[in-house]
Amino acid sequence: MSSPIVKLVAQRVALGILLLLAVSVLIFAGTQILPGDVAQAILGQSATPESLANLREQLGLNQPAYLRYFHWLGGVLTGDLGTAMSSGQDIATSIKDRLWNTLFLAFWAAIVAVPLAIILGLIAVRYRNGWVDKLISGVALASTSFPEFFIGYVLVFYFAVQHQWFPAISTVYEGMPFGERMQAIALPAAALTLVVLAHMMRMTRAAILNVMQSAYVETAELKGLSAFAVIRKHAFPNAIAPIINVVMLNLAYLVVGVVVVEVIFVYPGMGQYLVDHVTKRDVPVVQAVGLIFAAVYISLNIIADIAAIVANPRLRHPK
Amino acid sequence: MSNELDYLSRRVAAGKLSRRDFLGRAAALGISAPFANSLLSSAARAAGPVKGGTLKAGLVGGESTNSLDPALMMTQVPFAFGKCWGEMIVELSPDGKLENRIAEEIGSSDDAKVWTLKIRDGVEFHNGKTVTAEDVAATLERHSDEKSKSGALGYMKGIESIKASGKEVVLTLKEANADLPYLLSDYHLIVQPNGGKDKPDAGISAGPYVVKTNEPGVRHVGERFANYWQGDKMGHADQIEVVVINDATARTAALQGGQVNMINRVEPKIVDLIKRVPGVTIRNHAGPGHYVFIMHCNTAPFDNNDLRMALKLAIDREEMLNKVLRGYGSLGNDFPINAAYPLFTEIEQRKYDPDKAKFHYKKSGHDGSVLLRTSDVAFPGAVDAAQLYQQSAAKAGIKLEIKREPGDGYWNEVWNKQPFCASYWGGRSTQDQMYSTAYLSTADWNDTRFKRPDFDKMVLAARAELDEAKRKAMYHDMAVMVRDEGGLILPMFNQFIDATGAKVGGWVDDPHQELMNGYALAKCWLEA
Repeated sequence: MSSPIVKLVAQRVALGILLLLAVSVLIFAGTQILPGDVAQAILGQSATPESLANLREQLGLNQPAYLRYFHWLGGVLTGDLGTAMSSGQDIATSIKDRLWNTLFLAFWAAIVAVPLAIILGLIAVRYRNGWVDKLISGVALASTSFPEFFIGYVLVFYFAVQHQWFPAISTVYEGMPFGERMQAIALPAAALTLVVLAHMMRMTRAAILNVMQSAYVETAELKGLSAFAVIRKHAFPNAIAPIINVVMLNLAYLVVGVVVVEVIFVYPGMGQYLVDHVTKRDVPVVQAVGLIFAAVYISLNIIADIAAIVANPRLRHPK
Repeated sequence: MSNELDYLSRRVAAGKLSRRDFLGRAAALGISAPFANSLLSSAARAAGPVKGGTLKAGLVGGESTNSLDPALMMTQVPFAFGKCWGEMIVELSPDGKLENRIAEEIGSSDDAKVWTLKIRDGVEFHNGKTVTAEDVAATLERHSDEKSKSGALGYMKGIESIKASGKEVVLTLKEANADLPYLLSDYHLIVQPNGGKDKPDAGISAGPYVVKTNEPGVRHVGERFANYWQGDKMGHADQIEVVVINDATARTAALQGGQVNMINRVEPKIVDLIKRVPGVTIRNHAGPGHYVFIMHCNTAPFDNNDLRMALKLAIDREEMLNKVLRGYGSLGNDFPINAAYPLFTEIEQRKYDPDKAKFHYKKSGHDGSVLLRTSDVAFPGAVDAAQLYQQSAAKAGIKLEIKREPGDGYWNEVWNKQPFCASYWGGRSTQDQMYSTAYLSTADWNDTRFKRPDFDKMVLAARAELDEAKRKAMYHDMAVMVRDEGGLILPMFNQFIDATGAKVGGWVDDPHQELMNGYALAKCWLEA
């Protein structure tokens, strides 16, 4: 590995950490300016001025905001996310299972969606402007344009209610056999796949088509290579950077944007956990989950950046 | 009943004929589906409970913030799961009577101030220990303590002292209360070893199921407790499971797809669609919950009884019941009590009468419009209900101005603050509780500002009266007073609408709460 690339990667990582710090400030500030104060939200109807004052004291709400921020940040850096106000449970432990569930679902959705999108993109390029291309694009765009809850309900209606091939609810739990678990997540994973498919597919198609205009592709064609070989050997490697970018963007979406799908399929992931605690105004949990989502998003984007650099000779060997 | 039908229904109960075939043959014999269905369920009950299997319920009302501490139970999922693992001191039976559980006998002194609970022998906790009078006393003590934050604290405060001696627990009340046994049936008062003082959320009691898995907001699993003291009556399934499904559509789909055997809170607007699904039975029954419009009796212009009467007469209850609840409810009569309460007396139904309303409105001397505040959160369909009200009132010459308030903050800023608004009540288990919570002059939640010393006296007198006939008469008089002079406009009582899938046997409607007062999982069984 040459030193410029190490330098570039180090730069990206440093930038990412800086960005994450900025996000943590934003999250903290955001939860502070929510209407109503936390003590009031916890006590609700039974609030008396006395109990409010006691609780504020107990929660440290009387300290200035910047002190509370650093206190919180210190905790986060040492792995202590605090305790949930509504249930008194340790946030880190309760998030662990939820995060694992969310990642499990995202992983399997990605395993299906990413290769499928890229292959469909390649096929679309091979038969560009023909009926195959139009069919692929049409179906993919249609499935993306429908709202997630609509796709979810259609899947449930057809596969769970009418035919009962898959369960309508995706409750998974610890110790569930792998086969059952896969069956349980089949429908939400399918819904997520349909939602993210078109974006990646269209981007693959556009990026490769762009490259196909170049002189070296024409040369390859003149050499007598088959259409797929041209795409695979010459066009795809040069189009990989934008494809990785859009894949990472969609992977991030699979982790942080699945609230609606989780609610519809009753999947015990981070999204439901977040919604439950937002309705209870459980600020420490909201902050922790927000930060985790931000971290996932930023790190996936860093990976995309780095992968794009590594894949691109011009960026790898800057003059 | 034809012999053939009788034979067929017994074949179904014995598992030799499918429900669907039965309905088909019944139709061939000219029997309507609802009647054939009722025939079937009585045959199933006669055939007796079937042991074994896993009974699953998909319920709304569970969050990842739930706890197994009975004191903190608020929503439907902890409530229903609590009835599976918990055992009560005393319980309300489906016909409204008291059923002794851990207390074998409940007696009181003549002035209803000192109550004695005799504790049943041989009831065992899940941890193998025997339930003692000390455990019961400790349970009551914990729920009387401010620190427990118990949902039952409100009336537990009325107990002055709790003493356990031998097999008895003696309760001394601050004021006489003939309803004490009913109060002890509150679902928070699950008997725990040492009252749960050591570990409130241990999930150990003496109910028919032992807590096996507890994942708040996701699922709760119970396994049959081998040493349950009443194993012939409850705990038929080997295992019960509550799956939290807060989304209404997902809940219905799970029932249709067969992942769960029963669900709660079916929306009135989809009941007719669900009814047509083979195997699914809608279980709707009246409860004490009601939807209301409330006027502050001490705030102009509602301080005038003629105006209040005019507004009570200007609401078309039948129309509202049919359009807002699609008929899944019953008419209200401007007092908060219905047949779901013990000692209820029917009073003549108030009807929509624009002419009379006009008369009272004129007599009140009020001029101009009346402002009614409503919101989506006041009750499901509250905005539509307010609009219907506006139209029916207009025919009586009363101009209602509707203001739609945002849902966020409705309970803090509008309800119990503004003089005329829409709201709802879930009801209580006794008339005394309902009146004490919202109609005593001193009650915090007196949301109609109905402040009448003569009424307060009646509440206290009825509370101390042990003679049921006299009490019933007193409650009748109180109801008439609230109905004719109060600030409550109660157009309708809503219903609990649950649904069960195929093969669920043993269902008995219970007016006290949804899902057979929470006992559906413990009392139902899976037909073979």
